[in-house]
Amino acid sequence: MARILSLAEAVAENVRDGDTVAMEGFTHLIPYAAGHEVIRQGRKDLFLVRMTPDILYDQLIGVGAARGMKFSWGGNPGVGSLHRFRDAVENHWPRPLEIEEHSHAAMANAYEAGAANLPFAMLRGYIGADLPKVNPKIRHIACPFTGEVLAAVPAIRPDVTIIHAQRADRKGNVLIEGIVGVQKEAVLAAKRSIVTVEEIVDELAPPSPNSVVLPTWAATAVVHVPGGAFPSYAHGYYPRSNAFYIAWDEIARDRDSFIAWIKENVLDAKPEDFARHAVKTSARAA
Amino acid sequence: MTDFTPNEMMTIAASRELSNEDVCFVGIGAPSAACNVARLTHAPEITLIYESGTVGTRPDVLPLSIGDGELCDTALFTVSVPEMFRYWLQGGRITTGFLGGAQIDKFANLNTTVVGPYDHPKVRLPGGGGAPEIASNCGRIFVTMALTKRGFVEKLPFVTSMGHGEGGNHRERLGLKTKGPTRVIADLCILEPDPETKELAVVSIHAGVSRGQIIENCGWPIKFAENVIETPAPTEIELSVLRDINARTKMAHQGAGTGKEAA
Repeated sequence: MARILSLAEAVAENVRDGDTVAMEGFTHLIPYAAGHEVIRQGRKDLFLVRMTPDILYDQLIGVGAARGMKFSWGGNPGVGSLHRFRDAVENHWPRPLEIEEHSHAAMANAYEAGAANLPFAMLRGYIGADLPKVNPKIRHIACPFTGEVLAAVPAIRPDVTIIHAQRADRKGNVLIEGIVGVQKEAVLAAKRSIVTVEEIVDELAPPSPNSVVLPTWAATAVVHVPGGAFPSYAHGYYPRSNAFYIAWDEIARDRDSFIAWIKENVLDAKPEDFARHAVKTSARAA
Repeated sequence: MTDFTPNEMMTIAASRELSNEDVCFVGIGAPSAACNVARLTHAPEITLIYESGTVGTRPDVLPLSIGDGELCDTALFTVSVPEMFRYWLQGGRITTGFLGGAQIDKFANLNTTVVGPYDHPKVRLPGGGGAPEIASNCGRIFVTMALTKRGFVEKLPFVTSMGHGEGGNHRERLGLKTKGPTRVIADLCILEPDPETKELAVVSIHAGVSRGQIIENCGWPIKFAENVIETPAPTEIELSVLRDINARTKMAHQGAGTGKEAA
C-alpha cells in the first residue's frame, strides 16, 4: 500500500545517493517539485533516466547531482539546447556526465520490458543509424521464427521512479489523464516510487473508465503537492508555462545566473511554493 | 505579388506536399507549422500525430513542445508513448514523417546528435528522440531545413537517422520496405533523391531565388535535375493562414508565467 507522506519524508525514505532515478512525464506532468526536493536534500551520484530530459534534469545536472544519464532527447523543446547538460558533456562542469543514449522507441520499449519483468526489449529500430556504434547497450537479436534481426536494449529497472499525477484517493490510488507518456510503465518498472499529486480526494471519480489508474499497491509513496508540475502542466488544472521554458534559455546559459536561480528558487524555497501555480481550470472541470 | 520570407516560402512549400489522405508524424518547428497550414488550407482532413501520443490533433496555436496541452485537448484520442511507438509507428500505420535536423548530407541522412567526435563533441545536440525509427517506419519522409553550408554538409559526423545511407539500394539491402526521404523542402529550393543513385538534386527553385544562391549555400557540389521548375510563390491565403497562426502562437507563448515568478 502506498503511504501518504510529506515530500521531504518521501524523498528521504526513497531516494538514496547512487540510485538510478527516473523522473518521467512526457512534457506533461513533470515532477518538478519532487526534483527540487531531491536537490535540496543534496542527493549525489544519481544515475538519471528520462526519455526527454528537459529543464528539470538540466537543473539536477547543473547542481552536480548526477553521475550519468540515460536518455533519448535532451533539449528544451521548441527553444533550443539545455545549457547545463551541454556544459557537463562538453566541458565536464560541474562534473563529467556519463551518458547512455537511445531513441524514444527504444526507451519506451525498455520501460515496458521493465514493467513486464523481462530482461530486455526488442524493436525494429536503429536501422542505418550510428547510435549502436557508440552505445554498447544497443545490441541485436535474431527472431527465432523468421530470422529477422531486431534491435535489443536492456529493460529499464530504476531504483526509484518519481512522477506527478492529477489526483489520488485517501488509500493512495492514483489517477492520470491527458498525455499519459510513459509514467505508468516507469512506476511499474521501478523498485520504489513516489507519486506527487495535485489533489487528494475521497473518490477518484475517473471521468472515463479508461483513465490510467495506478492502484495503491503499485506505488510506494503518494504526496500532495499542488502545482508540483509547474512550469510543466497538469491537464485540467493549469497550463504549461511556455514563457518559462523560453526564459530558461537565458537563466541556464550562464553558470552564475543558473546558480543564483537555484539558490533563490530551489535551495531557499519549499514545496508549498508550488501551490500558487495550482489553479484548477474550468475547461476540464466541467 | 505579396512579399514573403524564405522561411515562409519553405513552410508553405512543405504544406503543399500534404493531402487529406496523409497520416502524418509531426515534428516541432517548421514541420508543425507546415502540417497545420495544410490542415487549415487544402487538407482539412489530414491526420496529425505528435509523438507525445496525441492522434488526430487540431491545435489552434502551434505547440512549443511535442506535448503541449493544446494537442491533447483537440485530439481524437491520446495514447501512451510506448503504444505510439509500437502500435502506430512500428505497426506501419503512419504514411508520412516530417523531420528536420541540424545537418543533412547528400543522401538525406540526418544528424541531430553531435558535431565533432561522439565522446568529445564540439557541440552536443539534443539527440535523436523519435527520429531513428520515424525515418525507417513511416511510409515516406519529408525533410524541412534551411539551406546553409553548415547544415548541408558533405559528410555527417554522426548519422542520427538514416535517409538513403550510402545511396543506391542501401535501404533495401538493410531490409527496409519504406521509401525514406522523398522530398527535402528547403528555404531556397526543393530537392529530390535521384531514382537510381539517391543523391539529392534540386527539382524546384523558389520564386526569386537564383541557382548561384543555391550553389553558394550548399556544402557539397549540388546537382540540378534536368527539368527544374519554379516553386509558385505563396498565395495570399497561404500567407495569411501562416501569419495568423504564427501571431496566435506568439501571443500564447508569451502568457502564463515568466522566469521571475517561476518556482
